[in-house]
Amino acid sequence: MEPLENGVLDGNGIGGLLLEVFGTEMTAAVSICAGCGATSQVAELAVYQPGLGTVVRCRHCDTVLMVFVRARGVTCVDLWGLTSLA
Amino acid sequence: MAGTAVRGRLTWQTATVGSVVSETARVRTLSLSVPDWAGHRAGQHVDVRLTAEDGYQAERAYSIASAPGEPLSITVERLDDGEVSPYLTEEARAGDQMEVRGPIGGYFVWDALDGGPLLLLAGGSGIVPLRSMLRHRSRLGSTVPVRLLYSSRSWADVIYRSELDQPADGVTVIHTLTRQQPPGWTGYARRVDQRMISEVAWPVGGGPVGGGPVGAGPLAYACGPTSFVETVASALVAFGYQTRRIRTERFGASGQ
Amino acid sequence: MSPISRGFHGRRRSDAPGRVPPGQYVTRDFPVLSAGPTPHTALDRWTFSIEGGSSPKRWTWPEFQALPAETVTVDIHCVTRWSKLDTAWTGVSLDVLLEGVEHDAAYVLAVCDGGYTTNLPVADLTGGQAWVAFNYDGSPLRAEHGGPARLLVPHLYFWKSAKWVRSLRLRDRDEPGFWENYGYHIYGDPWREQRYAGD
Repeated sequence: MEPLENGVLDGNGIGGLLLEVFGTEMTAAVSICAGCGATSQVAELAVYQPGLGTVVRCRHCDTVLMVFVRARGVTCVDLWGLTSLA
Repeated sequence: MAGTAVRGRLTWQTATVGSVVSETARVRTLSLSVPDWAGHRAGQHVDVRLTAEDGYQAERAYSIASAPGEPLSITVERLDDGEVSPYLTEEARAGDQMEVRGPIGGYFVWDALDGGPLLLLAGGSGIVPLRSMLRHRSRLGSTVPVRLLYSSRSWADVIYRSELDQPADGVTVIHTLTRQQPPGWTGYARRVDQRMISEVAWPVGGGPVGGGPVGAGPLAYACGPTSFVETVASALVAFGYQTRRIRTERFGASGQ
Repeated sequence: MSPISRGFHGRRRSDAPGRVPPGQYVTRDFPVLSAGPTPHTALDRWTFSIEGGSSPKRWTWPEFQALPAETVTVDIHCVTRWSKLDTAWTGVSLDVLLEGVEHDAAYVLAVCDGGYTTNLPVADLTGGQAWVAFNYDGSPLRAEHGGPARLLVPHLYFWKSAKWVRSLRLRDRDEPGFWENYGYHIYGDPWREQRYAGD
């Protein structure tokens, strides 16, 4: 999946992935960055999809907030860059 | 449908292509028939998955072009190095099958209860979810005032041209054509900038009231390439909009 | 079972069996794939270092440019299944960079601007297998492709060819880098299709 075409640049475009992982609509959820404390709705976060996985970063300080990697049908989820997600 | 929460479907559903309509040389609208389609909210998208004969799959997100209550349709722009968009815009025809998941989205959505006045800002194919919002507003008979600022390369690149030429009451459409303008064009002829925003945007205090939370002021939705969205959002903040009254959706690669 | 989308075959085109590892397809593009924003490090602030040996080595850009460099043409293979053949790079061999570094480390961790890391055995960096590359296709390496300089280790999947590399830390243990932590293979040999841990 090439980021150029997929065009997923913010949390809006990974709504489906988040729905799959969290079981509920997450794009309006509010995140707090563990790096700088910035509050943001997930839809507004910076999303990178280099093909190996999905990396979600704080738009203010670039701290990695979430990483999703799918391998062999299992999605690995790392949320440790978030202080909170609600 | 106003106020109804539509639950996103986690599972992939089979979709059959109905009609295919060319909007511009690179853009097509496909109507999709999905047996258990539960409806959607204006501004949401679907994930589309294609499967090749050898099992290879590719997946992309596309904004829903139709209004809630209308048959599901998506509008796709062909991107030159794309893997999925060339198929959807050049190959797919009535009867072909794919899978969709959704509808998806709880942030970049507009329902009547959100009120207005609405400022819609579209860059290129960013018009798609905003057009769903406009059609929804019409179907509801809403009187929320709307201004749509739509940036395209040229008149030939304007998607939903004839529809936007006959906007509903209370909707004003302002085009800017950034690369090429037809003879006699008196409209904007440049990329969106601070000055254009200050001329087009609803003023923050003392503008028309449009329902929704009292005193909330205008609500802006900006959709398009990242550079467009960021320019527009910064300009709106500089113009006095609060960030929580600006919703953004960034698309990749749609050039301006 | 997903329905087949008639006429869809994706981007896959020419496969050159024998030349291309299993599961790969050949592309003419050079996709820009990054896990974060492109760093822009000014050359007058750039340094490259090798740490963890008897004494650390560090080069500024002018010092680095004064080292013997070579131009190599190699095939590169991305774990996302594209392969690009006959890519031309100019860089300094790790054999040159590691010369005179006394150490007994078996592994390195590559550390990059922007925070990316990846791990490799020292044995895969030496013997003419790896470079710190600063030119691609005859021109200075563009920032989005890893410039000013990136690691180039073409015999492993391309996520090991770390963009924006700034230092190699010699280690006794094989410490997983960014993608390896999330389940990508600790070694990553495309010819044995080692994409994920356990492959």
